[in-house]
Amino acid sequence: MTVLSVENISKRYTLNSKGKSNDDFRDTITGWSKQLFSGGKSGNTKEDFWALKNISFEVQQGDRLGLVGANGAGKSTLLKILSQITEPTTGSIRIRGRMASLLEVGTGFHPELTGRENIFLNGAILGMKKAEIHRHFDAIVDFAGIEKFIDTPVKRYSSGMYVRLGFAIAAHLEPEILVVDEVLAVGDADFQKKSIGKMRDVSNSGRTLLFVSHNLTAVQGLCNRGAYLRSGELVRFGPIDDVITEYVKNVSKFQLAQSWTDPDLAPGNDFVKIKTIRLVPDESHTRPNLDTTTPLRLELEYWNFVENAELNVSVFLYSMTGECIFNIGDEAQLYRKGTVKSVCEIPGDFLNDGSYYISVMIVRDRLAPVYFFEDAIAFDILDYREGTDWVGKWPGAIRPKMIGIKSWQTELS
Amino acid sequence: MDSRVRVITNKKSISEYIAEIWDYNELFWILAKRDIIVKYKQAVLGVGWAAIRPLITTLVMALAFGRLGKLDVQSTIPYILIVSVGVTVWLYFSQSLTTISTSLVLNSNLVTKVYFPRLIIPLSSIFIGLVDVVVSLVVFAGLCLFYQYIPDWKIIFIPFILILTFLASFGIGLIAAVLNVKYRDIGQVISFVVQFGTFLSPVAYLTSAYRGGENGELLYQLAMLNPVTGCIDAMRWAMLGDFAAFNWSSFIPLVLFILITFFYSIRFFRKHEDTFVDYI
Repeated sequence: MTVLSVENISKRYTLNSKGKSNDDFRDTITGWSKQLFSGGKSGNTKEDFWALKNISFEVQQGDRLGLVGANGAGKSTLLKILSQITEPTTGSIRIRGRMASLLEVGTGFHPELTGRENIFLNGAILGMKKAEIHRHFDAIVDFAGIEKFIDTPVKRYSSGMYVRLGFAIAAHLEPEILVVDEVLAVGDADFQKKSIGKMRDVSNSGRTLLFVSHNLTAVQGLCNRGAYLRSGELVRFGPIDDVITEYVKNVSKFQLAQSWTDPDLAPGNDFVKIKTIRLVPDESHTRPNLDTTTPLRLELEYWNFVENAELNVSVFLYSMTGECIFNIGDEAQLYRKGTVKSVCEIPGDFLNDGSYYISVMIVRDRLAPVYFFEDAIAFDILDYREGTDWVGKWPGAIRPKMIGIKSWQTELS
Repeated sequence: MDSRVRVITNKKSISEYIAEIWDYNELFWILAKRDIIVKYKQAVLGVGWAAIRPLITTLVMALAFGRLGKLDVQSTIPYILIVSVGVTVWLYFSQSLTTISTSLVLNSNLVTKVYFPRLIIPLSSIFIGLVDVVVSLVVFAGLCLFYQYIPDWKIIFIPFILILTFLASFGIGLIAAVLNVKYRDIGQVISFVVQFGTFLSPVAYLTSAYRGGENGELLYQLAMLNPVTGCIDAMRWAMLGDFAAFNWSSFIPLVLFILITFFYSIRFFRKHEDTFVDYI
């Protein structure tokens, strides 16, 4: 059964091209007077910006739809329209059943009010009836784990308690359609686990979930359908794996290979110049994207212009945040003039999911850097998991499976 | 499962609009309750402040206008009673006006994050000033006891006149609230209106005082256009027994003012409510 059908939704925002909106009286009045003196012609030319363009899709009962897209793609605008915070410029949406949207936890909490008072306030804001709140009151307090502080003003709560209480109220809404935006970005790992579990329950009980998050792992683990938005357009709608593959293909700043045929144009100096650098997945890897299980091979080829140079290569792997994950070098050797090739194997089940950069350095006489080729390769590693239901972000810079854990029973009781 | 199918478009009929507001009546009560709790919660004197304000205002105004301004000489009842009624109405009007006009901006965290009929927010401001009204009436009763003065049966009209007072503030307050979303300057304008309105409205003097002096008649006619004049006149008629006759020449403009501003402001509000979230 179709519970949500979106037909040709568009949303237009009007921008003033002077980069100034009429935020205060002065601007508006000067705007009017300018219009007056220029004979009715507006001094500001207005420009239309379409945040969403002709979006149409349908969601069936029990579906868990994940919305993905870069910042500014229109995800939030779509959620705002779905939750009726702002109206579409054109098009219509049909919703069957009660819909609750959770664009932030603890909407409308007042710091001066107690936990108890805020439960009723927040519940009413989210559209719960008083009787309904009374019925769920104990369960909410229990889920949030704040029994002792229920009559304390929430301004004295720790931020964790605040978020837990907010989510606990929303989790007991029992809507037919639940819209969740990035709520998982807050709170600690424990809380994230709890909230993802709650969202699973929601979908397992036949209700429908709309979920927006930048955490692709969470989206992939939780959703069965996906919608990919790019600059206001629906690029892909369908099974979640297809959508995520399409999304990753589009957003990653992949630079898996660089090569030069003419030494004059190649990066480097009078001693060495880079000919080729590339990162290739092992032949055994069949999935379309690089993931945590993929063995990788880094191949470097460079021109050496100095006869009998003693050279070695040093490889730096950085995480997205610029932390150096490792730096390794090879044995220094004497090389004749000509090209030199180096290969570095990075095993599968070693790197964690995330974005990485590789820089290479060519070193002379075992101590002097000859040339440092920075950010030569950029790549993303996708998450791949088996044998676990945990969908939160896997912690750690690396995820080395070769460091195994062995367990055995020592005694029977 | 709720099998109603809701359709979201950019058009909504008036009956749907009203039905939806009614649907959210629990939110209305809880927002009103929140505002009152929050207002008096962390003050040492709590609701005591509600008593001090009308009392001091009444005393100061009675002293300034009655004793020093010598307006009390021709009065047949204690002048402070006349002032007390004026202060009661004025405080309710000015508080309602201020609260309504800032309500949307102060609740922007709700407006941008969750949907409900936006009109609930300004509507729920009706009670915030009522605490002060009740206390003001107690102050009035105390003054009556002190001066051995007994109002007559017409005091049953007090609630009705209070509703008129709220409605008088509602129209302009609502328009100001909408404009305040886009132009924060409106907040300043309202505080000016409240400041000067205390003296321009017949709070501390009788409406007949406008007639005195040169161009008195013109001034009187202008004062009739002020909706607060109508409210105060009506309240004095209700609370001061035979002392004040019912003044139709201020009451009719008041009713017209309410009718025009009420419907116009709601239309204005509806026209702009969809864009609040884009400007707030």
